[in-house]
Amino acid sequence: MKKYIISTLTVLTFAVYVLYQRVSGSPVVLPNNQLATNTTSDVTSQSSSSGDGGNNIFSNILNSVTTSSPTPAPITTKKTTTVKTTPVVVKPTPVPVAQQQGKYKNGTYTGSVGDAYYGNVQVQAVIQNGALANVVILDYPQDRSRSVSINTRVMPILVSEAIQAQSANVNTVSGATDSSGAFRQSLDAALSQALI
Amino acid sequence: MKETRIMMGMTITVEIADKVFDPKIFKKVFDYFEYVDQKFSMYKPTSEISHINKKQIKKEEYSHDMQEVLNLSEETKKVTLGFFDIETPLGLDPTGIVKGWAIKKASDILRNEGVKNFYVNAGGDIEASGKNNEGKDWSVGIRNPFNPEKEVVKIVYMKDNGIATSGNYIRGSHIYNPHKKDEILDKVLSMTVIGPNAYEADRFATAAFAMGEKGIQFIESLEGFEGYLIDSKGQAIMTSSFNKYTNA
Repeated sequence: MKKYIISTLTVLTFAVYVLYQRVSGSPVVLPNNQLATNTTSDVTSQSSSSGDGGNNIFSNILNSVTTSSPTPAPITTKKTTTVKTTPVVVKPTPVPVAQQQGKYKNGTYTGSVGDAYYGNVQVQAVIQNGALANVVILDYPQDRSRSVSINTRVMPILVSEAIQAQSANVNTVSGATDSSGAFRQSLDAALSQALI
Repeated sequence: MKETRIMMGMTITVEIADKVFDPKIFKKVFDYFEYVDQKFSMYKPTSEISHINKKQIKKEEYSHDMQEVLNLSEETKKVTLGFFDIETPLGLDPTGIVKGWAIKKASDILRNEGVKNFYVNAGGDIEASGKNNEGKDWSVGIRNPFNPEKEVVKIVYMKDNGIATSGNYIRGSHIYNPHKKDEILDKVLSMTVIGPNAYEADRFATAAFAMGEKGIQFIESLEGFEGYLIDSKGQAIMTSSFNKYTNA
């Protein structure tokens, strides 16, 4: 896309230069004879695409400028993005299971391609009775050996919940450490004893 | 029987639930942590890692344990896609791997001495073996990042494995995304990982935390690991089989 924008700008600049040259009465010098031929042929048949998208755009724009056509020729390219007809509804993750009961329409939905850090991931969600019934993996990283070793399990159906305080009656506690001060260390030691 | 020491800038607790054992084993375990501290402390100018960072010793002269830790760090960097990295602007800092590694080694010492029922908790990372004094699975509370002194928000029951939590709620931003060093990790407050042992749980908890919200997906993709993420809104996201550890 960026390529087309850049080439369009280049062409426009050139076209303006050509116009300026005509208005000021100077002879038009096209850098390439082949280019001039393309321009005239494209005036009559817009649909006959040359196969070279960039060149086609070039001539389209040049044509619209030089002939002062009231309706500029549409910029068409051969490269078209295929859009899937299935609605993209379900993100690959996270899918909060607790919140999905009856909230989805039945059917099969293809998720967008997600960047999972180690490669692209795309999944298909199957909804039955308003709930997620299955997740089909369409694409997952397998180009690198480490990715293969990582992806040994089916893709995630992660569960979400709001945290709430639990009984402190546990053998021990897991948490992020504090190595910054003696105060905290001491407090931690006291608390770890207080827990039993 | 339980003993707690403050070492390596953190609280280390060892509890043994065997009916018969030699109490001298506690000293052996704490001596081991002391040895690890002398070798790997970033704060001790006499430690081997300090000598390495000051380029006072050559690679060939590294101790066996140092080589092992550096090799494991390198391997961990690969399997965590660069999210675990001991190379810092100040030199090598293997702290992120040493703790879990030392807990696992300390647990090996206990096992080799024939101790079957114990846990070792160093700075909130734990390796557990066998059963507690009541003959049940060792119970571990996951600290509430919003109220770390007083509350736990989830209780898990250990089955001869390790658990580690990475977070920013106490120490400040000590973990950052090595791919985006300016990014402040504030969406995820804590990432708890259960794995085959403390070393595995610790290194993947550290890496998954550095990945932010996607870290839980990363843990989901690992065979033999489960994770519990708590975000800044007080919402937890857990891996699909995490609940196998939440029933006593």
